[in-house]
Amino acid sequence: MPRTVRDVVFVDGVRTPFGKAGPKGIYHETRADDLVVKAIRELLRRNPGLDPKKVDEVAVAATTQIGDQGLTIGRTAGILAGLPTSVPGYSIDRMCAGALTAVTTVSGSIAFGAYDVAIAGGVEHMGRHPMGEGVDPNPRFVSEKLVDESALFMGMTAENLHDRYPQITKLRADEYAVRSQEKAAKAYANGKIQQDLVPISVRRTTPEAGETGWGLVTADEPMRPGTTLENLANLKTPFRVHGRVTAGNAAGLNDGATASVIASEEFARENGLPVKMRLVSYAFAGVEPEVMGYGPIPATEKALAKAGLSISDIGLFEINEAFAVQVLAFLDHYGIADDDERVNQYGGAIAFGHPLASSGVRLMTQLARQFEEQPEVRYGLTTMCVGFGMGATVIWENPHFDGGDK
Amino acid sequence: MSTTAELLKGAAELFPDEVVTQAHVRHFDLPFGAGRFALITLDNGHDHTKPTTFGPQSLANLDTAIDQVEKEAADGEIVGVGITGKPFIFAVGADLKGVELLKRHEDALAIGKGGHEVFKRLSKLAVPTFAYYNGAAMGGGVEVGLHCTYRTVSAALPAFSLPEVFLGLVPGWGGCTLLPNLIGADKAVTVVIENSLNQNKQLKGKQVYELGIADALFEGADFLEQSLIWTASVLKGEIEVERPVIDRGEAWDQAVARGRFIADGKVHGAAPAAYRALDIIAAAKNGDLQQGYDAEDQALADLIMGGELRAGIYAFNLVQKRGKRPAGAPDKNLARPVTKVGVVGAGLMASQLALLFLRRLEVPVVLTDIDQERIDKGVGYVHAEIDKLLGKGRINQDKANRLKALVTGVLDKAEGFADADFVIEAVFEEMGVKQQVFAEVEAVAPEHAILATNTSSLSVTEMASKLKHPERVVGFHFFNPVAILPLLEIVRGEKTDDASLATAFAVAKKLKKTAVLVKDAPAFVVNRILTRFMGEIQNVIDEGTPVEVAEKAVEPLGLPMSPLVLLELVGPAIGLHVSETLNKAFPDRFTVSPNLKAVVEAGKRGFYVYDSGKPELDPEVAALLKQGDTVLTEDQVRARVLDAVAQEIGLMLDEGVVAEAQDIDLCLITGAGWPFHLGGITPYLDREGVSERVTGKRFLEPGVASVPA
Repeated sequence: MPRTVRDVVFVDGVRTPFGKAGPKGIYHETRADDLVVKAIRELLRRNPGLDPKKVDEVAVAATTQIGDQGLTIGRTAGILAGLPTSVPGYSIDRMCAGALTAVTTVSGSIAFGAYDVAIAGGVEHMGRHPMGEGVDPNPRFVSEKLVDESALFMGMTAENLHDRYPQITKLRADEYAVRSQEKAAKAYANGKIQQDLVPISVRRTTPEAGETGWGLVTADEPMRPGTTLENLANLKTPFRVHGRVTAGNAAGLNDGATASVIASEEFARENGLPVKMRLVSYAFAGVEPEVMGYGPIPATEKALAKAGLSISDIGLFEINEAFAVQVLAFLDHYGIADDDERVNQYGGAIAFGHPLASSGVRLMTQLARQFEEQPEVRYGLTTMCVGFGMGATVIWENPHFDGGDK
Repeated sequence: MSTTAELLKGAAELFPDEVVTQAHVRHFDLPFGAGRFALITLDNGHDHTKPTTFGPQSLANLDTAIDQVEKEAADGEIVGVGITGKPFIFAVGADLKGVELLKRHEDALAIGKGGHEVFKRLSKLAVPTFAYYNGAAMGGGVEVGLHCTYRTVSAALPAFSLPEVFLGLVPGWGGCTLLPNLIGADKAVTVVIENSLNQNKQLKGKQVYELGIADALFEGADFLEQSLIWTASVLKGEIEVERPVIDRGEAWDQAVARGRFIADGKVHGAAPAAYRALDIIAAAKNGDLQQGYDAEDQALADLIMGGELRAGIYAFNLVQKRGKRPAGAPDKNLARPVTKVGVVGAGLMASQLALLFLRRLEVPVVLTDIDQERIDKGVGYVHAEIDKLLGKGRINQDKANRLKALVTGVLDKAEGFADADFVIEAVFEEMGVKQQVFAEVEAVAPEHAILATNTSSLSVTEMASKLKHPERVVGFHFFNPVAILPLLEIVRGEKTDDASLATAFAVAKKLKKTAVLVKDAPAFVVNRILTRFMGEIQNVIDEGTPVEVAEKAVEPLGLPMSPLVLLELVGPAIGLHVSETLNKAFPDRFTVSPNLKAVVEAGKRGFYVYDSGKPELDPEVAALLKQGDTVLTEDQVRARVLDAVAQEIGLMLDEGVVAEAQDIDLCLITGAGWPFHLGGITPYLDREGVSERVTGKRFLEPGVASVPA
């Protein structure tokens, strides 16, 4: 049968505030599935034009798919969120790029014509599911030297990346981190972030972490506004003695969830849904697992090539800040200044946090807001590095583009 | 220390075992910059299986929490105060264990006042207050929310009620006064009186909202978040809460009158709680809250010191606790699995039993009878009942298909029962017939199969006596209507072994019945007491007391129906049969009324005609009656009847028919619908001095179902 590829759009995205993983974190007594369920419900509330019956898929990513992140969370979250049982769902895992992959996967299905509209998101409760929980790496990885042992520890891969690019010093990484905190604080002050946050009620039963009883979380917990270079200078380098990677120039261990509505442009228009971004291209690429932070570079190369664009066409960048060094490696590759104003205008994961499989949609939600504000920009990209040596990039077009020159 | 704090401290000393509820205060910023908020969480530190209650220390904790937020509100540090509960539970009211311990009127008064003093502070803060009914809310739990400025309720909330009148109290921490002022007297009467007296009917979240008790309804998935967002909008003036104007005219009086009518219909004036509550609701018409609170305090204290409440709490505990853990039942691990059930007989009783086993056990149920026509009728009855359930939406089509496929009927017992684990007979009530049936079943059923009899009056031991394996015979005596009355008397025959008995109890539990272990004694428990009770009524009528005097004599007990109406319901012929059986066993105490015999022989199905709308003695029955010339007063009749009942219970306990008087009461409550305010019957007999007069001692120790000494 004849088939036409259809344009895919990002309709809307929301997220929970991100929390710090661990017993003192805001979500310590909150289930992971409840986080993503509440994000999905908020999306439905915000988009009354979206008839829940019409949702063709719920794709939810999680890195550790056990317990409250298991049981095919895309399906269970749909039911828990109150979607009709006729709406199917599934789970996705590409570690840090989980939610991003949920978006691209449903986008592929929409473009192909299998779906009209889908919900895509991710969740990671790193407090309930610490990194590496239940993993069982094949011994051949080491015995046959398929990867270096450090490939399994993200902090070590970041140190390896510093080795590869000696010009990326600890100072540059710290300076970058300070700017991320500054930009995030400014974005908060200007109300850029809160508009896409879902308030979450949280319970605390032990007094060690603060007042007990029910509370309400309306802001990201990991933020450290006012961070200075001096604050960062003497932090420990836990991954290597005299190393460069610290808790200050990397994202932390976090809990949180995101969700987005992805639709064919036709469906969005017909149903009166917003069109916040139009998908241009996406690509994934593999690199040596020991330097996984390099991943965004080949992924972006591929995505640009498929789109027929060059890096100079990109007016806004949302790069996940798993580590400052990985962002800087990307910027160096493309000759972009460390403080280029097109990059992470609202700050990044170093400030907000990085609950692994949920982060991809946070990048998109923020890029969508920047598109709204900057109609002179035509293209933007969201990119992130992925464990075990991968990169993921999605290029988006600004539907508000007014023909300006960027 | 404030007076309230002193009051509560004193009360707390009387109740050292209180499961204490904490009132956690947590602060946070509301969304949309609505300001800083203080949320109080009521939490007793246990999971939802131990719901949060209010004892004196718990009230004191809430008082302390309010001290804190009161100051913050006055100082302008917060814009509002909320109160909510732990997961699944808001709060389920006063701790009844603490109420049972109270011995003095002034202590009872202190509990009432203490609750009022604490709760009403929530309405007097410098900022608005919000209750978020997140889960089960009852009694004082509901009331603490009524004192707040606004309320939201979760659509997932499963149970919301003011059950005080059901137990023998009034909603006395503001319920009687605030609720009619919030939603009008008529709806308040529904909640306080009608639901309470209708077996403590619970409201769901949506109904709480529709009644106007809550200002907003949110789904369970993000109830608290949405409640807090709503709160922010209310505080910012974006949402204005509108409440209907209350009709304080005639409608109010009519509502109270309706309440009295409902109460009369249920307790016939015999228990004071509903009437006390209605008095307060009636007075609340003038909107004077403090006057209402004072009246609530007095009513609470009076009722707490009264026998009806103590009997009510005792009865509640019997049903909730003893009813679920039957006294004397063998180790449940001895129970054998029941994967197929046989029913001998396909008449109405047998078909009802088949339906019950089918619905609760969901295993194959096979009916047998003497001809195919009866079998088809029995299976047809079950199918029709399944269709009714389907029609009402109680089960879906898949479940209906499953249940219908599970029920079958065969003529040949060998074919039907060869792999049955449990066979119950419901054939004609005659020893020879039943022995024959069991012999036939034993010949074809597996050796482990339980043989159960639904006999109401025959000896289980004798029924088993001719079998090779009498140890597997148990009595399984249901009460009509089987689907409604919870009681199941489980009868241990002389040879019944523990495994069979354990299996019977396990089946009873799956059937969701209240099982009571009884000895193989004539007519077991309920029928024996009811027959003695009825017999004495019959006796005084036969001796010459007019029927209406005899009937009215027991009205002050507040039984669900009058003796003769009950006899109509049972069927005069069955009543006569049971009295004959008991007369054979105990000729000195159980008589066979010649008048009843005459009525049965005349083929009458009842005593009354209802042509005028009210029961009137059927003239045909009146013509049959041959009465003597001894005319007693109502008081004399009542004394004779109660003496007879007390004597019979005393003898039954001496014979060991049941383990304790508690089991007698549990049987009467769940098998005959005898009311909570009598505690079944023994608390009432103790309270009225009947027990001591007749047996020389009380049935229950003081304090068990009465104010402790």
